[in-house]
Amino acid sequence: MTIQEVQNEIIDEFAMFEDWEERYQYMIDLGKDLPIIDNKYKTDDNIIKGCQSKVWVHANMEDDKINFTADSDAIITKGIIAILIRVFSNQHPKDILEANTDFIDKIGLKEHLSPTRANGLVSMIKQLKMYAIAYQTQLN
Amino acid sequence: MLDVQKIRKDFPILQREVNGKPLVYFDNAATSQTPQQVIDVIVDYYSNYNANIHRGVHSLSQEATDAYEQARLKIQKHFNAKQSHEIIFTSGTTHSINLVANGFSSLLKKGDEIIVSALEHHSNIVPWQMLCERTGASLKVIPMNENGELILSDYDALLNKNTKLVFVNHISNALGTINPIEYIIEKAHAVGAAVLVDGAQSCPHLKPDVQALDVDFYVCSAHKICGPTGVGMLYGKEEWLNKLPPYQGGGEMIAEVSFEKTTYAGLPHKFEAGTPNICGGIAFGAALDYMNAIGFDAIANYENELLDYGTKELLKIESVKIYGTAKEKTSVISFNVKNIHPYDIGTILDKMGIAVRTGHHCAQPIMDFYKIPGTVRASFMFYNTKEEIDTFITALKKAIMMLS
Repeated sequence: MTIQEVQNEIIDEFAMFEDWEERYQYMIDLGKDLPIIDNKYKTDDNIIKGCQSKVWVHANMEDDKINFTADSDAIITKGIIAILIRVFSNQHPKDILEANTDFIDKIGLKEHLSPTRANGLVSMIKQLKMYAIAYQTQLN
Repeated sequence: MLDVQKIRKDFPILQREVNGKPLVYFDNAATSQTPQQVIDVIVDYYSNYNANIHRGVHSLSQEATDAYEQARLKIQKHFNAKQSHEIIFTSGTTHSINLVANGFSSLLKKGDEIIVSALEHHSNIVPWQMLCERTGASLKVIPMNENGELILSDYDALLNKNTKLVFVNHISNALGTINPIEYIIEKAHAVGAAVLVDGAQSCPHLKPDVQALDVDFYVCSAHKICGPTGVGMLYGKEEWLNKLPPYQGGGEMIAEVSFEKTTYAGLPHKFEAGTPNICGGIAFGAALDYMNAIGFDAIANYENELLDYGTKELLKIESVKIYGTAKEKTSVISFNVKNIHPYDIGTILDKMGIAVRTGHHCAQPIMDFYKIPGTVRASFMFYNTKEEIDTFITALKKAIMMLS
């Protein structure tokens, strides 16, 4: 699936929820199911700055596609990461770089997009794109 | 007795909704809300007599100067300073602390010692580290115990003839501990050290008497006492303020200027370079008027009731652990829920209209002490109610259910 297709799928899923409670409960559940990053990658180097909770992200490339794994000590943050990973994992670096992220607004999580928000969603997206830039350079 | 329903009508912001729910504002230790009486003073200033002070011969400037100096007198009276020029207007606590720290640069030498407490906010640690780097003095720390109380026997042992300055907050922002500053001041004076007390967290809850305390410097911010942001004060004993060199150069702080030599103005103007926050200073005075009209005894009694009630209700939830259980503490409850990150709790509470603080509260050394990433902090003011605490507890239980 393309990034856009995954985003549309997520938008459809969130459209079924009636209120914030259902949305957050879903994110919390997603957080619980997040593929946990290998402990050896939970290093200070892999911590994303700008989050009130700790967030670790690791990336590797296989067949010209990037896979992300991540973890956080806060469950809602993990839920947000799970959504981001679903969107951006197993994608070509170039597609990751070109992708927009307005789906976050469409699924009712706009408040998390504020750059001043302490969860660092913006920093997370930036970090994922940084990995994409790095791998794109390797491919060139 | 304090009529909380009447008081709440003074605060327009308390009538608003957040995320569709009535606001429950429990982040008072970060900043307090502003009553209409203070908002009116701000509007009146800009509507009727906004002008630069201390210079103009025209009427507006006179009116603004009078109101600003009147505010200084209110602050002097509130803190019972001996003289009004011992009250310096600053932009807030951090500015006040930096002013003193900078001044001490010229008074310290290698081998001198500064003592700070383990309960400090970052803004209370960094200026002293910078001062030590500049002067070669060293920084000593009074440790705390599990309850979040300073260990006074360790403090006694740190004091010696090289101790030049002791710096401690009156009340800890992260835990709410009220520190025994009377004891700390007396002991410091016995070895000839000056004492600077940070009153940022105490001034909303009690009325310090700087002469009775015999404290050398006392600082606070207006925005935690129902005043506006961007203004605060430094109280300093006249003899100490005279010893410190000016902090910033600019207008207002000079007597005569030539390219060969400048002579500085006397107190308080020596430390008030440039056009000050005139409106803020006037509103600061109005905020003290407002709180004094309610009365600090009534405020303290009522807030203690809230603290006791909140603590009791919170501890009914089995998985809650409260950090900071000092015998003497103010209406701040710092807590965590077992196996749940404070950030998650704060996020869910916000969805239900409840404002609390989460994180390390700019006091990482305290969090390191307890080996936690941070806490959830609920802090109450005299305009909060037991019903709000009930709403908060119900919301917290729901958050725990969702997050477990």
